[in-house]
Amino acid sequence: MPRRTMIEAIRDAMDVSMARDERVIVYGEDVGFFGGVFRCTAGLQAKYGKSRCFDAPINESGIVGSAIGMAAYGLKPCVEIQFADYMYPAYDQLTQEAARLRYRSNGDFTCPIVVRMPAGGGIFGGQTHSQSPEALFTHVSGLKTVVPSNPHDAKGLLIAAIEDPDPVIFLEPKRLYNGPFDGHHDRPVTPWSKHELGEVADGHYTVPLGKAAIRRAGSALTVLAYGTMVYVAQAAVEETGIDAEIIDLRTLLPLDLDAIVASVKKTGRCVVVHEATLTSGFGAELSALVQENCFYHLEAPVARVAGWDTPYPHAQEWEYFPGPARVGRALLETMGA
Amino acid sequence: MTDAGMLRFHVPEPEVRPGGTPDFSNVPIPEAGSVPRPEIDVDPRTIRDMAFSIIRVLNRDGEAVGPWAGLLTDEELLEGLRHMMTLRSFDARMQMAQRQGKTSFYMQHLGEEAVACAFRKALMPGDMNFPTYRQAGLLIADGYPMVTMMNQIYSNEADPLKGRQLPIMYSSKEHGFFSISGNLATQYIQAVGWAMASAISNDSKIAAAWIGDGSTAESDFHSALVFASTYKAPVILNVVNNQWAISTFQGIARGGSGTFAARGLGFGIPALRVDGNDYLAVHAVAKWAAERARQNLGPTLIEYVTYRAGAHSSSDDPSAYRPKTESDAWPLGDPVMRLKNHLILRGVWSDERHAQAEAEILETVITAQKEAESNGTLHAGGKPSTREMFEGVFAEMPPHLRRQRQQAGV
Repeated sequence: MPRRTMIEAIRDAMDVSMARDERVIVYGEDVGFFGGVFRCTAGLQAKYGKSRCFDAPINESGIVGSAIGMAAYGLKPCVEIQFADYMYPAYDQLTQEAARLRYRSNGDFTCPIVVRMPAGGGIFGGQTHSQSPEALFTHVSGLKTVVPSNPHDAKGLLIAAIEDPDPVIFLEPKRLYNGPFDGHHDRPVTPWSKHELGEVADGHYTVPLGKAAIRRAGSALTVLAYGTMVYVAQAAVEETGIDAEIIDLRTLLPLDLDAIVASVKKTGRCVVVHEATLTSGFGAELSALVQENCFYHLEAPVARVAGWDTPYPHAQEWEYFPGPARVGRALLETMGA
Repeated sequence: MTDAGMLRFHVPEPEVRPGGTPDFSNVPIPEAGSVPRPEIDVDPRTIRDMAFSIIRVLNRDGEAVGPWAGLLTDEELLEGLRHMMTLRSFDARMQMAQRQGKTSFYMQHLGEEAVACAFRKALMPGDMNFPTYRQAGLLIADGYPMVTMMNQIYSNEADPLKGRQLPIMYSSKEHGFFSISGNLATQYIQAVGWAMASAISNDSKIAAAWIGDGSTAESDFHSALVFASTYKAPVILNVVNNQWAISTFQGIARGGSGTFAARGLGFGIPALRVDGNDYLAVHAVAKWAAERARQNLGPTLIEYVTYRAGAHSSSDDPSAYRPKTESDAWPLGDPVMRLKNHLILRGVWSDERHAQAEAEILETVITAQKEAESNGTLHAGGKPSTREMFEGVFAEMPPHLRRQRQQAGV
């Protein structure tokens, strides 16, 4: 099976979708001729023409607003916001328009759009190239939110998102584009070409939205993670020697609550990890759900490891980022509680 | 060089406030028939002055004059008059129904009936409007059933939107009427996207974006102009300047620009101003813009100069911010009276027939209202089920909504 980086897998998902369905349109800032600042759309304009893959003005609300109009017409736009940190001008269009068009028109108009955006830190991007705004989307009724953690899933989830009849926010952990970064910033990262999840089949396949994956089976504790933190959690588990079960949520909404509950009821302990700031983060929702659904099985309080509640700093990136040492401490504390 | 050393903050003010004498001397009104009608493939740079004039067809005597006249037959004009009268009658009944507590909210069109009613007749089946809350004339003029509109206003058991939307936020894809958001200006860029999609698909349909004078200040308006200009989208960019954004006079959104139409000039978009109370002028200009769009000549911006004679909504009292008699002083008159007088002059209408038509229309509206009320009103009779509240958030209900619906006991 061919091995692909996450960038190549994401590009392949759009390529496969554009070949199968001429309604699929791809555009965004630097997306056309150049192929995107992360190269995710490289070659698509040459292959499918300027009507189906093109450059957009630097105007995120315009990109998403026009995509909503295109979807209302009957196309299936898959647009790129260059960094998740730039999505705020489009937040009105996403939350007030895309999210509610089906509901408010009782299905007279629908909004099958995908909004891709690189998210997360670990690249010395500072405040404006490192954010993880997933909770700002999961809090909104009518949006689906996806965060892949590897090339195989990224392709299958993106094809599923493009084929979905409703708006999907597709957050791409940019630190994972070239390899499974585990938080050890002082060590080289294994490239996807040497990782089994870098195996990406040719052609069409989907990974269904709303289904989590167990990345490591274990019996002592459950770690709930997504995106880059899946690998940070794996490193922490290896370094602490705790027999933890690591669940990669893959889709935050709809959430695979059944997988979470089954695991926590088995292990009796749960640690929630994410890069985003702690307060009102998606981890708060996960923690509450575990408490509501698994209370009588819990042997320790649900712990959260997250980004500190500060803006994402530049020089202090590795003191901010919830790396394996912080996650490992939380695992040990939860085991000792 | 004057006043060196101390900066002064500038806040525009309208000419007159309550208690003052209405004064529209700052609104220059060109003679009807005086603005030329360029070819549709005109170089936009050569017609920049049209963004500062007003295209008018009906003169003070009720005659249709000039190069924009002559497009509509007697029958089409009589139908147009009937649409405007129907909208006015519909508004009056629904405004009253709101006062009677049969719904929570209403927005009327008084004085602006010509804009949407005439515009609709310049479009073809399949074209799509992205309206604001004051374009119900698009539906009336396209034959959308009044009963269905009322069912929506009442949020009753026959409401096509299942009680999910505020009154008058209609949606009808079939009638080329995009779901009204209720947030302002968001639909403007969506209309451009719809038009881009039509061009991408090598279709022949065009889109029409709608916005009010106040909302042109929103960034979505400027986004729409950038995208429409860049991709030469087949879209008509309508700005309805009815002078008032709730209590805020149009100068607050317009700023130092002479007119709202002039906003198009920096984008290279042909920009026209038209007498919004002149059914013939609105139709002729809309037809010109639609033809341009269909011929791949790109977008046109049209500013309709009109006046909001009524309150902003059922929750608004204009006497708090403008003279009570200001609408009487509006120099472009009343759209219904002007078309009526024109048809009388053409010899196809009379005061008697007008009065008779008014009575017939009122009867039709009352009949529709009775039928709608048999399906319930907001606080009485049939209403959409609680179960409906959970439906349609997504195409397929996800597990968390299913659980919440069970918790709600439905």
